[in-house]
Amino acid sequence: MVSFLRFLINGISLGSVYAIIALGYTMVYGIAKMLNFAHGDVIMVGAYIAFCAMQYLNLPPLLSVLCAMVVCTCLGVIIEGLAYRPLRQAPKLAVLITAIGVSYFLQNTALLIWSSNPKVFPSVFSVGQIKLFDGNLVISSETILTIAANIVIMVALTLFTGRTKMGKAMRAVSEDKGAAELMGINVNRTISLTFAIGSALAAVAGVLLCSAYPTLQPTTGSMPGIKAFTAAVFGGIGSIPGAMIGGLLLGIIEILGKAYISTELGDALVFAVLIIVLLFKPAGLLGKPVNEKV
Amino acid sequence: MKFTKALAAMILAIVMVVGLASAAMAEDTLKIGVIGPFTGAAAIYGNACKYGAQVAAEQINAQGGVQIELLNEDDEHDPEKSLNAYNNVLDNGAQMIAGTTTTTPCIAVGAQANEDRVFMLTPSASSPDVTANKDNVFQVCFTDPAQGTASAQYIKEHDLATKIAIIYNNADAYSTGIYQTFVDEAPALGLEIVSTTTFTDETTDFSVQVSDAKDAGADLVFLPIYYTPASMILQTAKTMDYAPVFFGVDGMDGILTMEGFDASLAEGVFMLTPFSADAEDEATKAFVARYQEITGEIPNQFAADAYDAVNALYAASLNAGITGDTSAEDACELLIEQFKTLQVEGLTGSMTWDETGAVTKTPTAVIIKDGAYVGFNG
Repeated sequence: MVSFLRFLINGISLGSVYAIIALGYTMVYGIAKMLNFAHGDVIMVGAYIAFCAMQYLNLPPLLSVLCAMVVCTCLGVIIEGLAYRPLRQAPKLAVLITAIGVSYFLQNTALLIWSSNPKVFPSVFSVGQIKLFDGNLVISSETILTIAANIVIMVALTLFTGRTKMGKAMRAVSEDKGAAELMGINVNRTISLTFAIGSALAAVAGVLLCSAYPTLQPTTGSMPGIKAFTAAVFGGIGSIPGAMIGGLLLGIIEILGKAYISTELGDALVFAVLIIVLLFKPAGLLGKPVNEKV
Repeated sequence: MKFTKALAAMILAIVMVVGLASAAMAEDTLKIGVIGPFTGAAAIYGNACKYGAQVAAEQINAQGGVQIELLNEDDEHDPEKSLNAYNNVLDNGAQMIAGTTTTTPCIAVGAQANEDRVFMLTPSASSPDVTANKDNVFQVCFTDPAQGTASAQYIKEHDLATKIAIIYNNADAYSTGIYQTFVDEAPALGLEIVSTTTFTDETTDFSVQVSDAKDAGADLVFLPIYYTPASMILQTAKTMDYAPVFFGVDGMDGILTMEGFDASLAEGVFMLTPFSADAEDEATKAFVARYQEITGEIPNQFAADAYDAVNALYAASLNAGITGDTSAEDACELLIEQFKTLQVEGLTGSMTWDETGAVTKTPTAVIIKDGAYVGFNG
């Protein structure tokens, strides 16, 4: 029983990291209607910036995260402006391929700057841990922090898109770009803003990912990125609470599958569950089949 | 009387010195090609081999007798450049090759050398493919899978544990190969494997694997994996308050140089390696001292492997009566014959070879103490 609880906690811990990455995916997809496959790599860049700020400039952790958010926001806006905006009228497939290109570009640039030697992310947020059942059950502060960050971000995003003028503009762009433009909404600026927010979230996700799993390499973002994308689809892509639920469930399924079925089949199980869910609910758990997302 | 004795002694001494000098001049010089990546991403390995071989040659030449000339060529860890380097050293008169350093180029050069009938002894190319179907290619280092057998034997001999957990990368041929030979060997030695879990290159979370080992009550965790996932496993074990003995192989080498790595996590970790630079024997001390003079660095296992390679080639050549005039083709056949019975006491252990070209030597291990490797005597 204790070991089941331990696996559950580990699953939630992994899932909360997926969830926070999935939030960024779903945000961009929901509004710009494109899959930003470079999202995982923006996360990696964010983690590297925070690492450098702490390790080389000796900045305090919170300032380092802020630093990473600023850099990633700029990076996201630049990527959107240079790589995606010129393709606004092009077929969706072209944008998708460009996104994959940007992903490889970021990975290789990181390889050039930081080399392939892995770096170990300092455990800045570990302020202690909760131990239950004579230390058999450990809940780390990173897990609690990640879950808290998830909830805060989820609520903030929901409020932002629901209550503010910019949020309203975003939803309008999401529903119909042409009509939104006719209503006087600056579509390009709205999409830029979406990328700015998504990339700032990526920076936070990067720091939280590397706090929980401290090895930092140029490929650090790619697999969690794909899993988080899966989580976003699982929960219903475009739906903000869906991303969170999808991420958590994915993490729990992965860990429990590895623990009780086979470590070799862990990843296969995750995707098998995804296929089954999509067979019965093609729009994902919380996705609506109608085109009315976010 | 005294005077004449002294005079006689002096004359004798002069005659002897002159005689030695003329003998040395008349002696042959063996030419050995050393090929490895001296520049590029793998340069750290190539240079270690180059300087390791240089130390060996200096010591041999200082003793007098048959001399050694090393012909160094850079291959940048590229199979094509390695073939060029190989042709260059042969053009310059190399009779045998101490190389190449890295596996992929070594497979390419080995195929060519097999056709040309040139003898090769690689210090460090560890894949079984390096020697497969080539009677003229031999290794100083263990093959990758042989490390599994060697680890099991080492754990048994030093009584490190009886209940063993294994965590390996099932997407990686290196890791799977070592795992396979380890589990083949362990039961015969009375080692009980209580937990076997896997991961892949993309795995970020190791909690399940470590939990499994902990719940199974393993007192040693065997990690036939590279140091990056190993560092994550050590971290995970620490958060779970699980402190078994961790036992790694050569892929673990490098864990201490990871930027930002907390060395206290690796305290007490064992690593199977043929060479430890702080060994107390005279040969190792002399080697380490001279190597440090040349490079300013502590020699790693690659340097020691290359040192042993040159010494093995030298000993086998002397036994076979190879001189500076022997052609590479003739030397090849003679050396193949010699290596079947040759025994060399090297820095990396006492070595013999089987007909496939794989080496047999006693496995040794180092343990990490206070962020440094130290020899383990237990």
